Amino acid sequence: MSAAEKTAGSAPTRSRPIVGWGVHDGLVVARRNLIQTVRVPELLFFSLVQPVIFVLLFAFVFGGAIPIPGADPGSAPDTSVYRQYLMPGIFGQTVAFAAAASTVGLAEDMHRGLIDRFRSLPMSTGAVLFGRTFADAARQILVLIVLGITGYLVGWRINDGVFNATLAFILLLFFAYTVAWVGSWIGLYMPNPETANTAGLVWLFPLTFLSNAFVPITSMPDWLQPIAQWNPISSLVLATRDLFGNPTGIIGDAWPQQNPVLYTLISCAVLIAIFAPLSIRRYRRTTAR
Amino acid sequence: MVAVIEAHGLVKKFGDVVALDGLDLVVPEGTVVGLLGPNGAGKTTAVRILTTLLKPDTGNATVAGFDVVRQPNKVRGVIGLTGQYAAVDEYLTGRENLRMFGDLYHLKASYVRERSLELLERFDLADAADRSLRTYSGGMRRRLDLAASLIAKPSILFLDEPTTGLDPRSRLGLWEVITDLVAEGTTVLLTTQYLEEADQLAEEIVVIDHGRVIAKGTSDTLKDDVGGDRIEVVLTDRGLLERAAALLAPVATGEIVTDHEEARVAVPVTGGSASLIDAIRRLDSEGIDIADVVLRRPTLDDVFLTLTGHVAEDES
Ligand SMILES: Nc1ncnc2c1ncn2[C@@H]1O[C@H](COP(=O)(O)OP(=O)(O)OP(=O)(O)O)[C@@H](O)[C@H]1O
Ligand SMILES: [Mg+2]
Repeated sequence: MSAAEKTAGSAPTRSRPIVGWGVHDGLVVARRNLIQTVRVPELLFFSLVQPVIFVLLFAFVFGGAIPIPGADPGSAPDTSVYRQYLMPGIFGQTVAFAAAASTVGLAEDMHRGLIDRFRSLPMSTGAVLFGRTFADAARQILVLIVLGITGYLVGWRINDGVFNATLAFILLLFFAYTVAWVGSWIGLYMPNPETANTAGLVWLFPLTFLSNAFVPITSMPDWLQPIAQWNPISSLVLATRDLFGNPTGIIGDAWPQQNPVLYTLISCAVLIAIFAPLSIRRYRRTTAR
Repeated sequence: MVAVIEAHGLVKKFGDVVALDGLDLVVPEGTVVGLLGPNGAGKTTAVRILTTLLKPDTGNATVAGFDVVRQPNKVRGVIGLTGQYAAVDEYLTGRENLRMFGDLYHLKASYVRERSLELLERFDLADAADRSLRTYSGGMRRRLDLAASLIAKPSILFLDEPTTGLDPRSRLGLWEVITDLVAEGTTVLLTTQYLEEADQLAEEIVVIDHGRVIAKGTSDTLKDDVGGDRIEVVLTDRGLLERAAALLAPVATGEIVTDHEEARVAVPVTGGSASLIDAIRRLDSEGIDIADVVLRRPTLDDVFLTLTGHVAEDES
């Protein structure tokens, strides 16, 4: 072998991008995760089916039976009022479920040994998680569009201007990004993708139902009401009801209910501040099993 | 020779399980060292520590002079890893996978494009380059996996059981690629359960069991440890066994073993084929009919059996 043929270790590297390697690597991973959405339309389809079914179920089956105190004009519940009330609840529940996608996605990456490979690369620590949470939140844009159209068809309306509605959607996406971190953290502890499928969802059902998403908090037993009032999903849903100009029902006295936008933002910031470092710490130690 | 990979006294426990129990390892630059051991011997654990995925409980290791615990990012910049199971994205195409890993190595985009093309051709994947991996066979995935670890032309390559699950043709193809890489100056640490593979590829073989090195050397020195060559003669008439044994005594360098059941005489020798010819002449001159005769060299299976007291398990 002549020296000229000794080519190992000679690949040319590119210069550092203006945004820095962290953002670069995060975007590479996010792109990969978003390609997956396009390649597996079934996945996106089924993640849309559930919220759409919820809209139809609540709008047509339960709608007439759930009165919204403080919003219904007469004594008999008005279904169109309930539909206005319902849609922000469905939005809130749907973005919360974005967490499950992160849990399952990371458990699969781990199971396939991809996390091992990523960890053996000279890429920035955390990029895999930033890319994952970013992509999982970005996917919700499409989900929210489809849901919005479905809502429109059953009578939901944006009553308070485009600006406030945009704020509402941004708040929803920020919330999706936040829970994606919680979901990621859970995902990194999963022994296999099957367990992740269950564990990724179980905590989300009580969390979303112990809120004002579908029924007014005032209709819950007294001891549950404080929990529901301090549940960040309640403040998210209340904030978006406000911003969309939809009926809010009777607003509780608890601070989160009085300051829903602020409380939602604080909750998100706190949750990210807790779960992003926890997830990154876990990521640095995890290996495929 | 410069040592590119060096490990001293690596210990790693998982609860009660001692995966590594004081492993020492040296891989000189530009060579292939084969880490050979049965299931659970600690091969993957060793590779994971050397590739910065796991921290050892005690002991230390350097790769290209960088400490695997204190300078993990430096280590990651010079290595390529192909883990025990194919670690590629199922939903991307072959080309997209290579591009993603190239981007994450921070390589020039134009270089990644050319290099991907070259690797896809080299691994017989050019036709499948733009298909999603969901349509790939296990062997194709494995080849892409190896291609992915080569995208940055690493000077040090870790291969954890690279040919497990491949058909014989793919296995031979992979051996060729590994041989080429070494010719290009790559240093390779390879783990395997296939004794033949270590024999074929590795200059030095390190046999491990229960997280400890139990033997090392070239495949020849390991075979010598177990004993040299052996002539095995099977007679047509087992009544002549004792006479044959007596005739062959001058050729033997050790104890002659006769197996009455099989009508076989086993004679330890050192002279290789010369002793074989000598032995056949002696039997022939006395008119003893030979049904079968072989000069048997010890295989690594024999080595393993002698060293560990148990046979290396085969996964397939
Ligand atoms: N993450 C882990 N948690 C618990 N035990 C582990 C873990 N990783 C490895 N072990 C144990 O450590 C021992 C060594 O495992 P290792 O995977 O290194 O063996 P190996 O030589 O690669 O085996 P194989 O040929 O089956 O791949 C085994 O007993 C295994 O069960
Ligand atoms: Mg292994």
